[in-house]
Amino acid sequence: MKGNEAIAEAAIIAGCRHYFGYPITPQTEIAAYMAKRMPKIGGCFLQAESEIAAINMVYGVASTGHRVMTSSSSPGVSLKGEGLSYLAGADMPALIVNVQRGGPGLGGIQPSQSDYFQATKGGAHGDFHMIVLAPASVQEMADLTVKGFELADKYRMTSMILADGTMGQMMEPVSLDFDVKPAPEKPWATNGTNLEREHNITNSLFLSPEKLEEENFKRYERYKVIEENETMYEEYMMEDAEICVTAFGIASRVAKNAIDEARKQGIKVGLIRPITLWPFPVAPFKKAAEQVKGIISVELSMGQMIEDVRLASECKVPVTLCNRAGGMIPSPEQVLEAIISMNNGGAK
Amino acid sequence: MATTQYLFAGFGGQGILFSGKFLAYKGLSENNQVSWLPSYGPEMRGGTASCSVIISDTAIGSPIVSKPDVLVAMNLPSLDKYEDSVASGGTIFVDSTLIERKVKRTDVKVHYINATGLANENNMPTLANMIIVGKVMAEMGQFNKEGIDAALSKVISARHANMLEFNLKALNLGKEN
Amino acid sequence: MVVFDKPHALADVPLHYCPGCTHGIVHRLVAEVMDELGIEGKTIGIAPVGCSVMAYDYFNCDMVEAAHGRAPAVATGVKRALPENIVFTYQGDGDLASIGMAETVHAAARNENITIIFINNAIYGMTGGQMAPTSLPGQVTQTSPYGRDVNHCGFPIKVCEMLSQLDGAEYLERVAVNNVKNVKAAKKAIKKAFQNQVDGKGFSLVEVISSCPTNWGMTPQKALEWIDEKMIPYYPLGVYKDRSAEKEDA
Repeated sequence: MKGNEAIAEAAIIAGCRHYFGYPITPQTEIAAYMAKRMPKIGGCFLQAESEIAAINMVYGVASTGHRVMTSSSSPGVSLKGEGLSYLAGADMPALIVNVQRGGPGLGGIQPSQSDYFQATKGGAHGDFHMIVLAPASVQEMADLTVKGFELADKYRMTSMILADGTMGQMMEPVSLDFDVKPAPEKPWATNGTNLEREHNITNSLFLSPEKLEEENFKRYERYKVIEENETMYEEYMMEDAEICVTAFGIASRVAKNAIDEARKQGIKVGLIRPITLWPFPVAPFKKAAEQVKGIISVELSMGQMIEDVRLASECKVPVTLCNRAGGMIPSPEQVLEAIISMNNGGAK
Repeated sequence: MATTQYLFAGFGGQGILFSGKFLAYKGLSENNQVSWLPSYGPEMRGGTASCSVIISDTAIGSPIVSKPDVLVAMNLPSLDKYEDSVASGGTIFVDSTLIERKVKRTDVKVHYINATGLANENNMPTLANMIIVGKVMAEMGQFNKEGIDAALSKVISARHANMLEFNLKALNLGKEN
Repeated sequence: MVVFDKPHALADVPLHYCPGCTHGIVHRLVAEVMDELGIEGKTIGIAPVGCSVMAYDYFNCDMVEAAHGRAPAVATGVKRALPENIVFTYQGDGDLASIGMAETVHAAARNENITIIFINNAIYGMTGGQMAPTSLPGQVTQTSPYGRDVNHCGFPIKVCEMLSQLDGAEYLERVAVNNVKNVKAAKKAIKKAFQNQVDGKGFSLVEVISSCPTNWGMTPQKALEWIDEKMIPYYPLGVYKDRSAEKEDA
């Protein structure tokens, strides 16, 4: 199954019955899959007139309490920024998928990770975060989609799957055997009062600055809980590591090849792979900073996650960048070279 | 067999992605770890197409094949582009109908097969890809019926069941030539 | 005997609108229609960005606040999730005919089974009187201080006429609320626009020619007269499309 299809099927399994989107490479398989499946299961697939309309349709469905999603690729996600901010301001749960391609501007259509800043630092105007999940296999494309819906409902916020063109296009075996947690009660939903309760309002407008500040403080209290409870990462051969490589998504798979090769050459190197990019897994880097002589951040960007790695490791050890950009992917040889260079004390 | 990395390359429309998918499903049916990664571009037909297939008995790291053990080249631009990337000791399969030149590398095994010609002669002009895959499996010692049947049932939808027979014939043609 | 009471669907709170503004009238008409059709409990209203941004506080039904211009997209989402409920948007001219034009046109093209109340007062009210997509040629506003020059910034958009060209739209009518007779006709049109949704007929939009005395720089009385003198000649009242009626005639 293709990564994009795994996301679509997992969303359906998670109870999502509403999908809105606009065609853009390299994620269009998600829309095509939904167009085929949704009518057969009583769901709604609608090709919107724009990314902006799509995210606002998502907002509409989210306000009724139903599980809902949209997907796009980098330039389209920029257009969705407005809606992402409104979803955050109104505390609406939804799932957004970004199958990243190279940028800025129209950029290219080959895989990239250069929307890391956009995804993890908010993605649009105002104080807010999204839960950002970074799959590194087709299986995780499915797993994290289900997880994304559950977390979105649990914390009343948007989850984003931050994938890339490789993850979307590749095929790997995948198991879709999920024990999906049912959505919680949503007494806040705007689904009709039936004249039995006060009216609900889905809203992000607070003209009183005191009230708006209070809303923001409350939201960030919730973010703290998420940071404590929902951070996910994988460690690979870190027990005795003297060099730490870090990467997410496709870059982490390239990095693993390089690490295996370096180990054959006797270099003690391991990997920290963040699975949640927000909340960022600070703890393993803090620990690694006491153990390794340097950290190498492997990215398909000009160096974005590296800033969080430096913060998390409190700049106690050198952190270097091993990257390609614009749709190019670092080769295992390039990563291996960076490892050897650091091992020889040549950290730049 | 540990890990084998395949790279299929040719024109869009030659069934490059299809043959890669077939091989991946065959690997899966034989209880291997597999990955299949297509190149994707703005062209639907006629442009260049390639796909990476990895079949392994251990977990697969990067799905990107940059040093293939096996290169299937179905047109000249593909051979030009990827010949140097093949791992030393690897194997190159060349569609000799469409590629007139010989492989320059001396540290790899090479098989020339008149795939497109054979396909045309046998009234199956769209199946040169499967002829060459038949050859690949035969040379790699992996031409077994169970795996082939299982994989064909995955890549050929019920709607096109009549194509099963042609595909099998193409695979056999490849094996025998 | 009670001869005049607030409709149940209209919240018992002071409205923030300027003296002489016709938003209050239209709010009341919408609320009366909800009462008369008995749909308040299953209605979800979508508030826009503009003067009526706080409409969510004024109606007793559930309300969703949309981003500027996106109300028809939000309404589409709500209606697709809750097809048995009643969904309406309440939008001004900047919201519906400028920043939200794509959402408006495509909701109509899809014949979304929603009701749109479109307030056309030819000006941006909330931001303090800038030129709207519906400002008249020559009209002086904060951003057309020498009068709207159509050679420079184009012509006003006639929404009902434009949407009437779409096969999707079910019902389009332009009304005004500047005198008793027109208010009565407006009520009838709004009721029909909701009834159409109840009957599953589809996209129904009522354009309400309204006044903005504050930003037009007129007394409320003069503003109502200006509707007759300037607005209605440019924006003729009437039914621009009524697909079901056309079918009956045929």
